[in-house]
Amino acid sequence: MSLSRDPGGMRFAYLLQLGDNALILGQRLGEWVGHAPELEEELALANFALDYIGQARALFTLAAETEGRGRSEDDLAFLRDGMDYRNVLLVEQPNGNFADTLARQFLFESFYQIQLEALAESSDTQLAQLAQKVEKEIRYHLRHTAQWVVRLGDGTELSHQRMQHAIDGLWRFTGELFSANAVDHWAAESAVGPSPPSLQRPWDTLVDEVLEEATIARPESGWMASGGKDGRHSEHMGHLLADMQFLQRAYPGATW
Amino acid sequence: MTAPEFEHGVGGADSAREAEVRAWLATLPDPEIPVLTLEDLGIIRWVRSEGDSVTVGIAPTYTGCPATEVIEASVREALESHGVTEPRIERVMSPPWTTDWISAEGRSKLAAYGIAPPAEATNSKRALFAPGETIGCPRCDSVNTIRVSEFGSTPCKASYKCGDCLEPFEYFKCI
Repeated sequence: MSLSRDPGGMRFAYLLQLGDNALILGQRLGEWVGHAPELEEELALANFALDYIGQARALFTLAAETEGRGRSEDDLAFLRDGMDYRNVLLVEQPNGNFADTLARQFLFESFYQIQLEALAESSDTQLAQLAQKVEKEIRYHLRHTAQWVVRLGDGTELSHQRMQHAIDGLWRFTGELFSANAVDHWAAESAVGPSPPSLQRPWDTLVDEVLEEATIARPESGWMASGGKDGRHSEHMGHLLADMQFLQRAYPGATW
Repeated sequence: MTAPEFEHGVGGADSAREAEVRAWLATLPDPEIPVLTLEDLGIIRWVRSEGDSVTVGIAPTYTGCPATEVIEASVREALESHGVTEPRIERVMSPPWTTDWISAEGRSKLAAYGIAPPAEATNSKRALFAPGETIGCPRCDSVNTIRVSEFGSTPCKASYKCGDCLEPFEYFKCI
């Protein structure tokens, strides 16, 4: 799609929102490598990270082509400043303990899978085709992620406490998943992507089912934090980027 | 099995040329599971040629699979070694690759290599708490096997062990 068919850079902005969620969560998951509680779970988190980085690459490649200004997928990943990232606040939250990471993963992937199912029907053929592929990867993750929420929630007193604490602490970042900004309105109006509020009900159903199985109480929905999709991030984002971008900032153009 | 055939005649490809190019690529191994060829994996989707240029459509297995670039480079190299001056690769996202496309020969090669071949894809969207499939041990054929992890050394594999011969083995997971 040429720039002339992307008035206002909306397609570019939409692809960035999707790609940044994948990139930042992939980076967070990668931080577990060498630190996970057991080898099998380290493999799982590293596999998740790999899938997310792969998805980010595919989305950034489309975004860079759409923008048509000669930037590459790597430029988009490594050479933007914090306020230019459009990921939701949830995915940039620190890893915390294992329960915090799995709770973050579950709250995001239960949303992402529903979003991908809708994107698979997108009027944008390239995006629809990519979403069909990615949806299968996330479906596989979500099974693993949901099982861990149940295993910890319905496990020992300590594991239950940690999972409940993790879900309670992250809940305030879930509202942003279902709020629509100008880019989301454009996507919904042009049938490129779902309207975020429309994903809330299927998400509630899925999350309630898993939380009940896990004997975890669903937190009251109170004040919700937002701003990530418009470039207003939490203080954690700068630290994450400093780590992720260090090599390209210190040695511009370095390659493998 | 839902394996779609290799797509013939994409963009009006000449069938003799198509067969020739496929024959060049038929023996290329998968870089991570070298016992399998790209043909066995079912990832070579189509061949298009115009004059001296040849384009090959390749379906990536996983979006993040690091082997994808190695595979593309090996295809490009094979085309160049047969005198193609403008080899091009296109990533084919749709329909998405599935383990159902692995050929019968590929499945028996996997088992002989010690990797349990994938069960058939179920495609059930909401199988969150579905019981795991029964996977046979590729060494002793026992079905008394235990899943150690849903993940493994590459994105396409899970880790198992056999309850009878006690050997650990990998399972080519099904997507």
